[in-house]
Amino acid sequence: MHEISREGSSSLLYVDRHLVHEVTSPQAFEGLRMASRGVRRPDLTLATMDHNVPTRGGLPMADDTSASQMRALERNCAEFGIRLYGMGSPGRGIVHVIGPQTGFTLPGCTIVCGDSHTSTHGAFGALAFGIGTSDVEHVLATQTVWLEKPRTLEVRVSGAPGPGATAKDVMLYVIRRLGAGGGAGHVIEYTGDAIRSMGMDGRMTVCNMSIEAGARAGLISPDGTTYEYLRGRPMAPGDYEAAVAGWRAGLHTDPGAEFDRLLEVDVAGLEPQVSWGTTPEMTCGISDMVPDPAEFAAGDPAREAAARRALEYMDLEPGTRIRDIAVDRVFIGSCTNARLSDLREAARALRGGRVAPGVRAMVVPGSEEVRLQAEEEGISGIFEGAGFEWRESGCSMCLGMNPDVLGDGERCASTSNRNFEGRQGAGGRTHLVSPAVAARAAVRGRFEAP
Amino acid sequence: MRPFSGTSGRIVPLDRADVDTDQIVPKQFLKLVQRTGFGRYLFYGWRHDAGGRPAPGFVLDDPAYAGARILVAGRNFGCGSSREHAAWAISDWGFEAVVAPSFADIFYGNCIKNGLLPARVSEDGARSLMGRREAAVDLASQTITSGDLVVDFEIGDVQKRILLEGLDDITRTLKLEDGISRHESGPSAPYVP
Repeated sequence: MHEISREGSSSLLYVDRHLVHEVTSPQAFEGLRMASRGVRRPDLTLATMDHNVPTRGGLPMADDTSASQMRALERNCAEFGIRLYGMGSPGRGIVHVIGPQTGFTLPGCTIVCGDSHTSTHGAFGALAFGIGTSDVEHVLATQTVWLEKPRTLEVRVSGAPGPGATAKDVMLYVIRRLGAGGGAGHVIEYTGDAIRSMGMDGRMTVCNMSIEAGARAGLISPDGTTYEYLRGRPMAPGDYEAAVAGWRAGLHTDPGAEFDRLLEVDVAGLEPQVSWGTTPEMTCGISDMVPDPAEFAAGDPAREAAARRALEYMDLEPGTRIRDIAVDRVFIGSCTNARLSDLREAARALRGGRVAPGVRAMVVPGSEEVRLQAEEEGISGIFEGAGFEWRESGCSMCLGMNPDVLGDGERCASTSNRNFEGRQGAGGRTHLVSPAVAARAAVRGRFEAP
Repeated sequence: MRPFSGTSGRIVPLDRADVDTDQIVPKQFLKLVQRTGFGRYLFYGWRHDAGGRPAPGFVLDDPAYAGARILVAGRNFGCGSSREHAAWAISDWGFEAVVAPSFADIFYGNCIKNGLLPARVSEDGARSLMGRREAAVDLASQTITSGDLVVDFEIGDVQKRILLEGLDDITRTLKLEDGISRHESGPSAPYVP
């Protein structure tokens, strides 16, 4: 349906939706200019500012280079006629939050963005994947992208997770099973009752972290939950019933479809998960202990060496109970877990508690719309009353390009997606958790099941 | 893009699995708006302390490895963020080939688009090469030779041709413009928001 041409195992695919942000686009626009090329379909392109924006209202830009990247995006969008949700726009937010929220993201679309977490949009039955800056330029110029034919992997998730476990915990567990590179070269389709029973926010959390298992993309076939979510969104098709009828007829996985691989994951009774290392596969249950690297490696020397390095970086000893690890910081935010239901879940998990002495906690909503909704619902008041900082939307401390960073040696319970060395700040130590576990960590100063 | 047929020279061994693009070039250096000059930020976090002061000891800073052309690393190299700055930094340092048992998909594509060879070898092949001082990489025969050691590497046919001929993707695609236009006026044309 989208293939324009084929060369060997590469296909040239038409791109239905292109999302653009300030960090991976400047060199692409510059390339267009140098070759005197235009943007082929500005009407299928949507830009926002998220990666290095400040999250404290009214503060001047922390540094000139961030400001210059944002000015460059403004200039580029004006010159090439691209719709931009810039600073001060109520439509602004994290690129993977605003796509679905506006209805720009639709089932059956091919969606690309110069950001690896583009896999998020797969939750709507779209083929969505991250690209580098050269490909951003290619898409701007041609509205197409070359893709190596991926293999297919069905991840069938069944069972009802245990108390306090959420979509984030399910996905951390799936990554633990697949490994950080286990999905490379594959597009994952998530199936099974545990996926079907999730709302759209949870499905987005799952697809978002497909890249953390190395997958090219992750998707879930659309159903009534998908269509109800998109109904009435500003960029959704005007004749919505006709669109849904088309999606229902055309977008489903054939019964008995053959995948190249199948991974069955039983999450019945699954407890909340906490990462202990420096790749997202280094994760265990909240009632577990930090594993011994040799045991974790199961005979694989490269894996054992990686686990040893990780424990050294994380300053953890094997055998330490996860519940005994004390945190300095809590970050609730990112394209993984900063949608409205994530914030509601975290606010509920506070159970009226206050941020523990010595802990600094912040909430960064996924978009300005999420922020305003949360403020109207009184969720922001709950967080602020508990001692959290309530910020404006952006990627913030998920990657620490703006002033929101961990200090050297600081330990953080984070709802983001990557626990790489230095990801949230040089020397910072990240534990990936769900919003509810992050909220409990803020109140107790250590990990606790919600 | 400059055609690439092979390279030879000093090997830098990096015996680590899952080297992510945040390690290859940390986020604080993604704010530049050009494609050049990223080499000095390569593996910055492993070459500096948390305060940004040089921390000696990392292999790249060992003068014995100056002028190296070939980086040999563990599996799943280049995982994580899509930042093309990672490929730019490796090239800018002077590397012309990265050798590993496996690569993350986005990083792999970014290498090809910048004329940097990502050579897929066996785990044993990578391990053997890490113990060697120098090697010669030949793209046509898909081999890496170091003395009596010959390691085969894999690369897709299309990617091989792109590197050998130095093809530019956009130029290649614009030759298929008729097909793009047909799609845009056909039944699969996207809904315009």
